[in-house]
Amino acid sequence: MTQLSSADRWLDDHGDALYGFAFQRLRNRDAAEDLVQETLLAAWRSRASFAANSSERTWLIGILKHKLADHWRHSARQPSEALDPEAVDDLIDQTFDMTKGGHWRVAPSAWNNPDAALEQQQFWQVFVDCVGALPPAQAQAFSLCELDGLKGEEACKAMQIAATNLWVMLHRARLHLRQCLEINWFGNGPNG
Amino acid sequence: MSCKEVSELLSQSIERRLSLRETLRLRMHLLVCDACARFKRQMEFLHAAARAYAQRGMSTARQWVLARTARERIRGRLQRER
Repeated sequence: MTQLSSADRWLDDHGDALYGFAFQRLRNRDAAEDLVQETLLAAWRSRASFAANSSERTWLIGILKHKLADHWRHSARQPSEALDPEAVDDLIDQTFDMTKGGHWRVAPSAWNNPDAALEQQQFWQVFVDCVGALPPAQAQAFSLCELDGLKGEEACKAMQIAATNLWVMLHRARLHLRQCLEINWFGNGPNG
Repeated sequence: MSCKEVSELLSQSIERRLSLRETLRLRMHLLVCDACARFKRQMEFLHAAARAYAQRGMSTARQWVLARTARERIRGRLQRER
């Protein structure tokens, strides 16, 4: 097999996996397809750097992760109210009663057997929908830190924000997700 | 310490190491506040779920299919590159 055909073969062998990886993080078909293309182009251009004894899939996913970070960095540069942690967000006021010492307005409920949820296909659909419903900046912060496993400083660099801003975003993302899962799975879901 | 601050520290404890003072105040609050204790368990679950989801993504990525039209578009683009 000539080297020239390897990009074609990557597309055949790993196209779906790359697309799946990107789509799960971007939740946008066009953007995920674009990143698959950029990843394969970048892989082709840097094919000399591929170590023959390593896994192609791992190598390509590694390139895709860089492309994802670029994507987030680029979208972070777009002026967006959602990226401003000082922007009006009713979430905190809806969640805590600031006139009464910052207590929960509605206390988190006890979740019944949460670990069992991880084994259920429907749970993951609810989980994806809840992440997808987050405001964009919070979804980015959560995806980078919790799904891609970036360290705090790496996520800050990718989003071009300060650590304290990142913490604010993640706190809000987690409050949203907690509430979303409580309503859509642990409340009325099949487990409720 | 308010429940709001407790929720902030519990969230931040995933990204950074809390100071001794923060840790002690957090523990005091959690001893007497069932709501925040439940919130803490929920944050731990959320963290575990995210990890499980990321790992699933690697192993079950083949359930996602790159559309044929996109595949051909990308193939065409790769061929122009040569």
